[in-house]
Amino acid sequence: MKENCPQLLNMIDQASFAMDDVLLYLDTHPCDRQAFAYYQAMARARREAMDAYQSACGPLMADKVNSASGCWNWIQGPWPWEGGR
Amino acid sequence: MWRYEKRLQHPVKITTPNPQLAQFIASQYGGPDGEIAASMRYLSQRYAMPYDVGKAVLTDVGTEELAHMEMIAAIIHQLTKGLTAEQIAASGLGPYYIDHTNGIWPQAAGGVPLNACEFQSKGDPITDLFECLAAEQKARTTYDNILRVVTDPEVCDPIRFLREREIVHFQRFGEALRTVQDHLDSRNFYALNPAFDNPAKPNPETANAAGCSVCGD
Repeated sequence: MKENCPQLLNMIDQASFAMDDVLLYLDTHPCDRQAFAYYQAMARARREAMDAYQSACGPLMADKVNSASGCWNWIQGPWPWEGGR
Repeated sequence: MWRYEKRLQHPVKITTPNPQLAQFIASQYGGPDGEIAASMRYLSQRYAMPYDVGKAVLTDVGTEELAHMEMIAAIIHQLTKGLTAEQIAASGLGPYYIDHTNGIWPQAAGGVPLNACEFQSKGDPITDLFECLAAEQKARTTYDNILRVVTDPEVCDPIRFLREREIVHFQRFGEALRTVQDHLDSRNFYALNPAFDNPAKPNPETANAAGCSVCGD
């Protein structure tokens, strides 16, 4: 794994968690524009980190398997429960 | 519909196995107040929910619980990795090992298998949401009990994260219950089951979903 991959994954985890949390808040406060704007900002941060991670470190979603890798590297570990990433 | 994302909601990196702790924490996988029962409860209850806020909360919390189920399984997996049969037998995890080796299987800390009777889907949004609130508190208490016997900071970290989410979910379910009650007979909340006795009227705040009229646009 390349050097900045753990750092990128950490950014993905943080932005994704912010989205997970604000998602539930927005469900019960659908008119809170500030919360909605925060959700969108975190979604942007997550998209950027996901793109960077998946092109350099491997797919997190099956549809992001890079054809340049020449093989179906979706199956390549470590898998999330193995503690290696 | 769900798609798999190849990461945990919060990292789990445990380097020191501890079979006794694995047995305790397994309860939050398949125990009476565990994450599987939580997810199945919310994702089952949502079909009887007449109001949009409630449908969204049940769907989104039920989805997050699937990610918690995966974290708990990862904790158990890492706590039992590389142990010898002798170490397992000496720890109290022996009976589990005989039936499941080091596989992950849903049971309570005391060995009782997961059962759909761990949760209800009553077809009454008020009853169901009160059960959701109780479920979040019961899970939070279980995490408190776990944290009293955990000393390894690598185990504490994800358990604390999960405990915190129970508190947030409790808050959101309370807000969902409030929106349901806002639609009911103010003199007798329980006079009618809005999922059964009389078809729920459209949610005033989401009746015009495209225009989001509730937001004053």
